[in-house]
This record gives sequence, structure tokens and C-alpha cells, in this order.
Amino acid sequence: MTEFYEDGDNIADTKAPDGPIETRWERRRFGAKLVNPANKRKLTVIVVGTGLAGGSAAATLAELGYHVKSYCYQDSPRRAHSIAAQGGINAAKNYRGDGDSIHRLFYDTVKGGDFRSRESNVRRLAEISVEIIDQCVAQGVPFAREYGGLLDTRSFGGAQVSRTFYARGQTGQQLLLGAYQALERQIGAGNVEMNARHEMLELIIVDGRARGIVVRDLVSGEITTEFADAVVLASGGYGNVFYLSTNAKGCNVTASWRAHRKGALFANPCYTQIHPTCIPVSGDHQSKLTLMSESLRNDGRVWVPKAKGDQRAPGAIPEDERDYYLERIYPAFGNLVPRDIASRAAKNVCDEGRGVGPGGLGVYLDFADAIQRLGRAAVEAKYGNLFEMYQRITGEDPYEVPMRIYPAVHYTMGGLWVDYDLQSTIPGLFVIGEANFSDHGANRLGASALMQGLADGYFVLPNTIGDYLAAGPFDKLTADHDQVAAARQQVEDRITRLLAINGDRTVDSFHRELGRIMWEYCGMERTDEGLRKAISLIRDLKAEFWQRVRVPGDGEGLNQSLEKAGRVADFFELAELMCIDALHRTESCGGHFRAESQDADGEAKRDDEHFSYVAAWEWGGEDAQPVLHKEDLDFEYVHPSTRSYK
Amino acid sequence: MRLKLRVWRQTGPDDAGRMVTYEVDDVSPDMSFLELLDVLNEKLILGGEEPIAFDHDCREGICGACSLVINGTPHGPQKATTTCQLHMRTFSDGDSIDVEPWRARAFPVIKDLVVDRTAFDRIIQAGGYITAPTGSAPEAHSVPVPKPDADAAFEAATCIGCGACVAACPNGSGMLFTAAKITHLGLMPQGQPERDSRVLNMVHAHDEEGFGGCTNSGECTAVCPKGIPLAAISQLNKDFLHAVRAKS
Ligand SMILES: Cc1cc2nc3c(=O)[nH]c(=O)nc-3n(C[C@H](O)[C@H](O)[C@H](O)COP(=O)(O)OP(=O)(O)OC[C@H]3O[C@@H](n4cnc5c(N)ncnc54)[C@H](O)[C@@H]3O)c2cc1C
Ligand code: SF4
Ligand code: FES
Repeated sequence: MTEFYEDGDNIADTKAPDGPIETRWERRRFGAKLVNPANKRKLTVIVVGTGLAGGSAAATLAELGYHVKSYCYQDSPRRAHSIAAQGGINAAKNYRGDGDSIHRLFYDTVKGGDFRSRESNVRRLAEISVEIIDQCVAQGVPFAREYGGLLDTRSFGGAQVSRTFYARGQTGQQLLLGAYQALERQIGAGNVEMNARHEMLELIIVDGRARGIVVRDLVSGEITTEFADAVVLASGGYGNVFYLSTNAKGCNVTASWRAHRKGALFANPCYTQIHPTCIPVSGDHQSKLTLMSESLRNDGRVWVPKAKGDQRAPGAIPEDERDYYLERIYPAFGNLVPRDIASRAAKNVCDEGRGVGPGGLGVYLDFADAIQRLGRAAVEAKYGNLFEMYQRITGEDPYEVPMRIYPAVHYTMGGLWVDYDLQSTIPGLFVIGEANFSDHGANRLGASALMQGLADGYFVLPNTIGDYLAAGPFDKLTADHDQVAAARQQVEDRITRLLAINGDRTVDSFHRELGRIMWEYCGMERTDEGLRKAISLIRDLKAEFWQRVRVPGDGEGLNQSLEKAGRVADFFELAELMCIDALHRTESCGGHFRAESQDADGEAKRDDEHFSYVAAWEWGGEDAQPVLHKEDLDFEYVHPSTRSYK
Repeated sequence: MRLKLRVWRQTGPDDAGRMVTYEVDDVSPDMSFLELLDVLNEKLILGGEEPIAFDHDCREGICGACSLVINGTPHGPQKATTTCQLHMRTFSDGDSIDVEPWRARAFPVIKDLVVDRTAFDRIIQAGGYITAPTGSAPEAHSVPVPKPDADAAFEAATCIGCGACVAACPNGSGMLFTAAKITHLGLMPQGQPERDSRVLNMVHAHDEEGFGGCTNSGECTAVCPKGIPLAAISQLNKDFLHAVRAKS
């Protein structure tokens, strides 16, 4: 299929230690060079992003003694997208004595990711999960507690043990405030220089090393070049390529994409997680989709009418005319099957014409049984804020009528390729949190992104970056250095070009159209034919964008249209790569379901013989094809098996 | 629905600013207030005008980015609701709606409806944290926290830092925000060692930033989208007095 890409060399070294998996992380840490405290003060690290990954990393690096420069596009680091995470964070504490362990969390995560993640990384994540909870509790994060004062936990999609720690439906907010407060403390102490409302628009590479970034001050419009001894990207995921998603409106791929164009490989771009429990779309004006926490599936029962086109009100449909399809098909896990399984099942029943609500794109999530069993007060105590949110958005009362839900784009498992040290293919460029690809494979289990973001930021990166920085400080740079000036020029040219088009379509109209193409052809189900069509549609739309987009105003000062235009321009290029990646992977796994690759029951069919690898793409050039590099995946401890939840 | 909007337009901090009237006709009751502005902005762009600048991100009522004083009330008419979660079904066909930025001395206007709220971050820098270095935390279960305390701490910790309290306050006071953080950390055993210094430093920073003093008018809690109660301010006052006495 080389009409869309070229084959490159396999990736030889992932820096993962070998030997017994239980001691790999400890050995790597011990093997890493240390930087003495006096030298740390002379070293500067740029951290782009202040979410759970970037916020925790910046605070920790500063505390270790490095000088840190931190960036985010919001007005305050506290508003990073991580704030929106609802359900919880996993940790193998086994406080419930229900059979959990580090090994089980490791096992569940590798299996949940459909055997497309790395054993060494996942094992490390499971180990560190335990420390994360200790750290957050020490910071004063108000996790839910039992009457005896000990921490409460709950179970979450894809897990049969109760290992999810939570703070009502606002776990992300509380964890982020913890990291933000630690960060503010370091800002106050002068160890972190915070640059809010600043957007990274280019990576600066000098002599083969990442040495800085070009940023635009979103208030003054001023463009500056910023230098450091290493650069950390913690800029989040790219789900907004679909326009409608559960992501915050500002989430974008620009920081990663600019690094990709400068040589960082982009891994598994086609792996998108679709979340099964979102509020369905209500109209064309819609700007985003709202997630209803997965924890609702602990007590809510999912169903549709048995008969096609049954228009009766839910209450008027008798029990025996309802299909509790998850409980029927997956009796062992029932409503708690992992996200990819639950999402596809919902799509299937809607495709059969049994969906509910406007356009038949919805299924019921019903609390009637739970209210009867536990009482309204108990349900309210557990889910009250989510119910209120639902009512505010839909105008319907979920205590009275079942919620309507439908799958929506939620999280991207792909991202910049990193080695075991979280370093990209560009020396000195580290990537953490949702921006990297490493730990979730083809599907992320619930409550694992927060765990990964904090593991990377508080514990992994601060240990591994020292090994790189031990060779620094590197030569001082100035703005007039050739490679620096060239990076800056690229940014200025781009802005000038966008402002000069002055066409007749808005940025949002292009973004919406791109999103529809992606959802249709690279969404929950992909086919060879559809993906080829999508690639051609994207190319045409991209060409049209560069001719017809209208970006009002100028570059001097706050210009939100200009900000969006730059992000959408990068989404076009990413979208094409996502489709190429999805096209070449002729198997189904996790969030990537190829219609051609399914078994007789309609379940996803993996092809381990041919696809047990990470697809890491190299930017080929403006009008050239991307180059595919493969990293083979080995499974020594968790043997690939058919993922069954029946 | 058809609506008339009067929106505050201000090109920059030095511009005097003015209300400008716009008509929007295809408003759906399912739209959020921000989606209404999106629709209007699309029209303005195509008509050759600059779109209205406003802050937003999550559109789920949790990041605290959205603001807007709607018909004189921060975050609009619906109780305990952020602007992004306010839906047009709250309004009626033909309504006329005024949209203005947060107005307070400590929150200078940047452009149109966007204001600078970094003063809040500086209050947190002054002490709104627990000093807990990474990598050496005690086992989480070694310090039990009674459930009522944990729940109350959580309630206070739900403050999203939006600044509506400041915009509603006749004195432009940021006391409810500051008090929410003091209450959250002060209710946890982990927050005790720094309790006195925290309140002294944070209140000092609050005043330095140009926020007004609290005279208990209660406007703040009435508009707070997270329902932070006035009791938080009493807690702050108690802690403050205790800290002053302990110092002297
Ligand atoms: C609604 C919702 C609910 C969720 N619930 C859960 C849950 O319950 N459990 C769970 O584990 N996960 C959950 N997730 C997923 C999880 O929240 C995210 O994956 C995670 O928070 C990502 O963190 P991050 O630090 O990598 O990035 P983010 O929090 O997205 O932060 C990105 C940062 O990068 C900055 N940035 C981006 N681009 C630039 C640029 N060019 N220049 C400067 N700055 C830039 C932004 O300003 C921001 O500070 C949820 C996600 C959503 C959408
Ligand atoms: S106290 Fe309420 S109104 Fe004030 S910043 Fe916090 S959430 Fe907003
Ligand atoms: S946009 Fe985040 S709270 Fe309104």
C-alpha cells in the first residue's frame, strides 16, 4: 500500500531494561546519571503544558532544583484540560482486599490495551500508581473517604476489582489543583517562570538537540524565542481533530505536530478512544460533547427497546420488551465492559434501528432499578452532580426518565513516540501525559490517563531527564543563531500567510467539516474504502482552507480566530496521517475497528502475527509521503489472548 | 428564538469601551450561552467584523474560564450554573440580553469580555498549598481523615477560581475565593502545620492585589456557580484572628 507511505527501518532501541520485569524500573533509575545540586541550578527545562502531566513535572523539576519555564495557553495553569476528568484514578493499593495487586493492574492494562502497549512501561505505571495516591493525599487532595476515615474506592469500566480512587465526579479537578498548588508554590519561590496565555508554535533544534521553543504571547501577539537545556511537551491529546469531542475547546495538536515536522516520530495516530457514555448531539450549533462519567455504569443499566423503531416513552416499554444488551452479550462484565466494547455495542444497536432519541442515535442509561434498590438519596449522594449536569444540558430529569447516551470521541492513545525514558526521537525532547503514546496500547481503560499523567510528571520524567541533562548545560544560545532565527521565521510566515488569505469561510466551518469526515470514516468503524475516501476529502478540504479561510484582525494582540486557524491547519495534516495509519493496520484492535477484520459474532479480530508493533511515523516532508518505522512488541508476562469479556 | 444582544466591546485595555447591539435570529433552546456567541461570531466574521473575544475552554462548568455578566448577574440568571452550562431555554423569544465582562479593580479588561484574573494565582502562590515534596509522602492510610471533614474539605475545594464572586461584590472583594482555599486546606490534618502562615500570607496577598475588603454583603455566594457558602468567610476570619493572636 505504498501509494500512501514508505517503509523505513525498524526501531532498534527503546531503552527498556531487560531482565525480571519487577526490577526493571529500579534498575533503570539506579543506572541513570545524577546531576549534582549545584549543577541543577544552572540547567533550564521548558515544560509546555500545565495539566496533570506538565503541572506535576514542572513542580517536581523545580523542587529538584532545576530552573523551569512553564507554558500554557489558558489564563491560568489551573484551567488545563485535566481539570475536566470526572471518574477517578486507578492505583493498585488493594485497600479492599479484593484480589488486586500491581501485577493485576499491569495485566488488566496490557489486556485492556489489546496487546498493543509495552510491558515494561505498563509494569512501571502499575508500580508507581501506589505512590501517586500517597503523594496526592499528602498534598491535601480531598479524596472520597469511608466513615472510618480511610480512602474509599470504586470499580470502573473494564475492571473487576475496586481500585479507582475518586473525589466525587471531579477527580481531575482535585488532582490538578494539587499539582497546580505545588506549581504555584514553586512559582512563588522563584523556581518556575510561569507563562500563561502563551502558545508554543515551533520547536527549536540546534545541533540535533531540542533547545527551545518559539512562542506567541496570546495577549500582546509578541513572538519570542525561549531557550533551555531540554524541552518537555505535556500538551495533551488531539481528539479535537474530530471537532465534536469531550475535550476542552482549546485542546490541539500543534505542539506535538510542530515537533513531528521537525523529526519526532508520531506513533499510532489512529488509536482514538470513543467513550460510551456521552450526552448525544442535539443540533448543528453544538460545539462540544459532554461526558457522563463512566462510574454511572456501576449502577445504571444500559438498554434499548427490543423492537426496531419503537417510539414509546421509556416508561411505557415493559421489561420484557427491553434489551439490556450489555448484560445479555457480556454476562461476566455486564454494564462494566471496557469502553471500546460498550461503544461498539451501542453503535450496533443504533445501526439496527433500535436507538432512542433524536435521529435514533442514543441508548438509555437507566437508574430506576438503582433508585429502587438504594433509594433516591443514596443515588443522589453518589451521582447528584452528574445528574444535575445532565438535566441542565438536556432539560430532562434523569431521576424520572432514563438518561440518553451515545459514544463520543474522548481520548487519543496515539502521540509522539517516546522511549522508556520518555524521550522522543529528538534528543532533549521529552513527551509526557496524553501527548505521548506509550502506555495504553490501542484502548485506554478508565481512570488510567490521570494515573499515567501523574506517574510521568511526578515520578518518571524527574528521574530520567537527569540522565540526559547530566551532559549539560549546553552552549548558550541567542536569538540571532541561524537555527533559532529560522524557527522564528517559520512562525511569522505562517501567521502572515493565514492572515493574508482573507477568504469567505470561517475557521470553525472548516473544522466542523473536517470533524465530520473524521467521525464518518475514521471514527468508531473504519473500512479500506472509507479511509481512502477520507484521505482524498481531507486533501481537498485542506487545499480549500488555505485558499478560502478568513482570519479577521491582525497578529498584534489577542486574536482568537488566529489561534484557532493555526490549530486547525495542523489538524488537517494530522487527520491525513491518522487515516493512513488506520488504513495500513488491517486488523481490529481496541479503539481501531476495521470492519473487514471481525469474527462471526462481530467482535474485533486482532492480527498478532502481522501487527504486533507500534507504528511510528516519520514526517516525510511537505509534499512527500510519511515513512513507517515499526517497534516490535514482545509479550513475556502477559500472553496475547483473545480479549473476551463474555 | 430571536434575541437582541447588547455586548460590551473594547479593543484593548486603553480603549474606553461601549455596548454594541446585535440581533441573532436562529437561536435554539438547546444551545449554551457560549454557543450563542459562537453563532454570532461566525456571522460577524463573515460580515467583515471582528468576533467578540471571550474566555472559555472546558464548556463543562469545571475549568472556571468562562465569565460574562449577563443581564447584570455574573454567569447569568440560573443559580449554581456557569455561563457555559447556561442554556438558551432559560430565555424567551424576543428577550434583550446585556453581556458584559467581570468588572473589578483587580481584574483589568484585556479585550471585549476577556479580563485578567492572574491575581488569583498570586494569592495561591502566597500560601494556598501544602508543602509536600515529591517522592517522600507517607502511606496514604497512615493519616485517616474523618468523612465529614473530608466531605467538607471537598465542598470548599470545588471552587473553580472563576471570579464571579469578585464581579458580584460591591467592594470587588476576592474573599470567597480565598476563604474557599483556606477552608479546604484547613480542614485536613495535612494542612495544619502551615495553617496560620497560610491565612496571614494569603489575606495579605489578596489585599495587595487590589481586591476590596469583605463587608458581608453576601452577593458573592449568591452568584457562585459552585455554591461556596458564606461560612467559608467566617472560617477565614476565625483562622485569621487565631493566627494574628498566635503571632503576637
Ligand atoms: C471529560 C473528560 C473526562 C475524563 N475523565 C477521566 C477520568 O475520570 N480518569 C482518567 O484517568 N482520565 C480521564 N480523562 C482523560 C484525562 O483527563 C486526560 O487524558 C489527561 O488529563 C491529560 O492530561 P495532560 O496533562 O496530558 O494534558 P492536558 O490536561 O490536556 O493539558 C495540556 C496542557 O498543554 C497546554 N498546551 C497545549 N498546547 C499548547 C501549546 N501549543 N502551547 C502552550 N501550551 C499548550 C494546555 O494549555 C494545557 O496546559 C477524561 C477526559 C475528559 C475529556
Ligand atoms: S468562590 Fe465561587 S464564584 Fe468565587 S471563584 Fe470560586 S467558584 Fe467562582
Ligand atoms: S468553559 Fe470551563 S467552566 Fe465554563
